[in-house]
Amino acid sequence: MMTGSFTDWAGNIAEIGPIYPFVGTEWLLVLAGVVFWLAWHVTQLSRESAQLREEDEHHRSGGG
Amino acid sequence: MDDQLTALVIIFTEFYYWLTVVIMFLIHVGFCMYEVGASRRKNHVHTLMKNTMLIPLVTITFFFFGWWIYFAFPNGPGITGGIEAAPWAEPWSPIMGAHMGAGADGWERINGVFWAAFLLFSWTAASIVSGSVIERIQSGAFWILAVAIGSVFWIIDAAWGWHSAGWMVQLLGYHDAYASGVIHGIAGGFALGVLIVLGPRIGKFAPDGTPRDIHPRNPWLVTIGLFLIYTGFWGFYVACNIPIWDIQAGDGEFFSATNIYLGPTTLSAITFNFLMSLSGGLLAGYWVSKGNAFWTYSSGLAGIIAASAGNDLYHPIQAMFIAIIGVIFMYKMHYYMERRFKIDDAVGAVAVHGYAGFFGVVVAGFMLWGYPSSPDTSFATINPIGQFIGAIIMFGVLGLIPGFIIAKILNVFGILRIPPSVEIAGLDTYVQAQIDADEQAIMDAEAAARSG
Repeated sequence: MMTGSFTDWAGNIAEIGPIYPFVGTEWLLVLAGVVFWLAWHVTQLSRESAQLREEDEHHRSGGG
Repeated sequence: MDDQLTALVIIFTEFYYWLTVVIMFLIHVGFCMYEVGASRRKNHVHTLMKNTMLIPLVTITFFFFGWWIYFAFPNGPGITGGIEAAPWAEPWSPIMGAHMGAGADGWERINGVFWAAFLLFSWTAASIVSGSVIERIQSGAFWILAVAIGSVFWIIDAAWGWHSAGWMVQLLGYHDAYASGVIHGIAGGFALGVLIVLGPRIGKFAPDGTPRDIHPRNPWLVTIGLFLIYTGFWGFYVACNIPIWDIQAGDGEFFSATNIYLGPTTLSAITFNFLMSLSGGLLAGYWVSKGNAFWTYSSGLAGIIAASAGNDLYHPIQAMFIAIIGVIFMYKMHYYMERRFKIDDAVGAVAVHGYAGFFGVVVAGFMLWGYPSSPDTSFATINPIGQFIGAIIMFGVLGLIPGFIIAKILNVFGILRIPPSVEIAGLDTYVQAQIDADEQAIMDAEAAARSG
């Protein structure tokens, strides 16, 4: 198993290029990141709306 | 990186920007303290979270598309050319990660720290808006607005007017070395656009329209917050420079620090001017507000902002007087807009950043009239008309109008403003009651255990 694109630091370091694991999956990472970001907004907005509705009902019914 | 001098310059530059990023982080510690100090006790936690969460949201979106916009849009596109290719700034680029490449300019090493320096500016743009809308905006709506100003609109204006090949620099001779308009003007304008739609806090205006003061809850947090913002702002000034660059046109070499347009300046010049404009702002703020602590501290910031467009080149005493006049202008404008248009700008952000920033851009057009805007001699020189148009673009076209439109859309969906009952009770009140109930349950259990 090898997640990097090199096996040692010998030779010309400048030719190694990227040193993070799974080089070549960058598109997939960006796609997953964007989906996560958009989903975060959607779920947050939904939760906040529900929370504010609950608080509104509570305060209007005389709650402290 | 295969000779020591080249490696030294590249690694020094990498370290230089990294250091500015760490110093600029204090801006956001300061913004959090300042906003919490300015809010009422019933809203502290929500106010804190609203500001804090813009940090990760703007960060990831600036990685996904903000950085690319800066390099892709200097021509408009459609004004001086099309979309520029910027493969190093695309989120899937190998250079947007740990990389051992060694191009001649060392960009593989500098890309990340330069990205971070711009990112910290992005947080600042969003944080400026955050303060003005406290105590009545829904957090989710604000975070959408934060992404819009932090990862889209401010970075478009940076591509246009804060890029060595930006079309505003080429055609208008636009000069805004430390971002009077590029960050402060646009963020202040954006905040004003949102505030027009959002409306004032309940109780801010009497039935006859007379404004009431809602004083900062904790002046000590506000004070320390603003001192931290000053400190971070100093780092921001340093981050706006390029530390080592050959500025000699024609034969020979002459290495200097430069501003963002690759025009010469020095760290000494901007240190003189930063401190003199801070001092001018503080002196004017204390005088015009009759010693009000909140406005005096805010005026220190506004003084720097008013002089920032030309603080690479001004004489320190010029910077001081520009700051003084800019502070008086922004203070008077704040209360005029409050009375005339019922704008409830909770922390004075539109004034401190927007009006002072607009003023700063315009003044630089007169003070630096005829100066080269760029080492490229084909570019327009700095002039008052170009600066005035630039200030309108920053404050109005890329700030106020998008802020207003996005806030309108959010309002149509019913997610812009919290319900009145929650606003009156306070955003933290409901959750705090649950916390109190939990604590009471534990205390009851402990009392039962003792007696049992």
